[in-house]
Amino acid sequence: MANIPDDLHYSKDHEWVRVEGNVAVVGITDYAQDSLGDVVYVELPKVGDDFAANESFGSVESVKAVSEVFSPVSGAIVGINEKLADEPEKVNTDPYGEGWMIRVEMSKAGEVDSMLTAAEYEDFTKAEKE
Amino acid sequence: MGGRMVDFGGWDMPVQYPAGTIEEHLRTRNHAGLFDVSHMGEIDVRGADAIALVNYLVSNDASKLIDGQAQYSALTTAEGTVVDDLLVYRFAADHLLLVVNAGTTEKDWDWITSHKLDGAAQFKNVSADYCQLALQGPDALGILAKLTAVPLGDIKYYHFMEGTVDSIPAIVSRTGYTGEDGFEVYAAADKAEQIWNKLLDAGNFGSDTGVLPCGLAARNTLRLEAGMALYGHEIDESSTLLEANLGWICKLNKGEFIGREALAKQKESGVRKRLVGFEVTERGIARDDQEVVINGERVGKVTSGSPAPFLKKNIGMAYVPFQSATEGQEIQIDVRGKLVGARIVKIPFYKRGQQY
Repeated sequence: MANIPDDLHYSKDHEWVRVEGNVAVVGITDYAQDSLGDVVYVELPKVGDDFAANESFGSVESVKAVSEVFSPVSGAIVGINEKLADEPEKVNTDPYGEGWMIRVEMSKAGEVDSMLTAAEYEDFTKAEKE
Repeated sequence: MGGRMVDFGGWDMPVQYPAGTIEEHLRTRNHAGLFDVSHMGEIDVRGADAIALVNYLVSNDASKLIDGQAQYSALTTAEGTVVDDLLVYRFAADHLLLVVNAGTTEKDWDWITSHKLDGAAQFKNVSADYCQLALQGPDALGILAKLTAVPLGDIKYYHFMEGTVDSIPAIVSRTGYTGEDGFEVYAAADKAEQIWNKLLDAGNFGSDTGVLPCGLAARNTLRLEAGMALYGHEIDESSTLLEANLGWICKLNKGEFIGREALAKQKESGVRKRLVGFEVTERGIARDDQEVVINGERVGKVTSGSPAPFLKKNIGMAYVPFQSATEGQEIQIDVRGKLVGARIVKIPFYKRGQQY
């Protein structure tokens, strides 16, 4: 059973967002890391890069596969998790904590409100499995 | 078992078990891994001319086999390219077993039967009769020994014996596809589950140093580190055995076989492209089918690219023009639009018993 914390927002591409004031912290969900398998490489953007909502900001690679990751919100990158360069496995072991990927200064209010709640995301992953 | 399943040549196969590909890979290198490879195809050949007929179809010299020996070989086209790679097992002078790839079993069968072979031997597709379990790694012998009276230590590499495993009649072959010591066990198809479970028990599955069930992903990374070809990647009907570095299974003087003339000619004139191994030297992971760039020119393609869990490097194999196929040659791989540096290195990447 995948861990889906109540206080986060979720995308249908399996990213999560934690809102901290005007900043969105973004990572991939427990369900996503479990589907990918052992993460061996994470490619992240540079601080200052701009992304529109649902634009790809990087990629996550497991032994077997490459997956793009998408920013659920629009804005500028104000921080990246540099630790993932040497410890990509943090995405597997702590997807909602040390496995975070980017911090985005949100430029469009309300985008997070259209994301899925924890309960909605749980239903979504169940439906996807079937 | 909780394996993540995928369709592989019409078979439902586990990509990985819950331990995950990296752990499965490392456990096989350090202790033991168990692979269900029952999908492999088997073709039985019986009759006075079994060896002569097979020898006309394959590139290696089956007449050199003794009873109880296996040989890596290839079914070749007239152009010297590869219909399939296979193992040829000799049970007796009039009895061989060909073990072929799952996805190509039907093609191989059609290929073999399309040739009007002149001689006394019957070919029979017996793929559905057999299961095949591969127990690989330094602890494989000790684990299998608990279930069989076959003197495993007396079986040399690429040899086999008939006997029983957990009282089930079986062929025990000292072969594998991981670069480790180990065995492949063939038995009646309906005995797969029993032998599988017994091997897991005998191998202390569940302990940190026990055997682990391994999926297709680990099978692929293990064989890639060991520099072994995978049909449909390094070898297929678009590259010859010589281009694929498989000259050692081309016995051009053994007598006539399909592809002999083309291979002899190519050996004389030289190959234009060659399969090489490479190590990625910058950040990034090369993947299958990505293009190889040398001095700004797109000159070849990656046949297999992946992280190498034991070597902790990103490695791959690729076809490059012959003049560039030298150790130390700097190349680039087009990784989704970004050129990533790599260097041609010796194959195999991993050799058992060496320090890394």
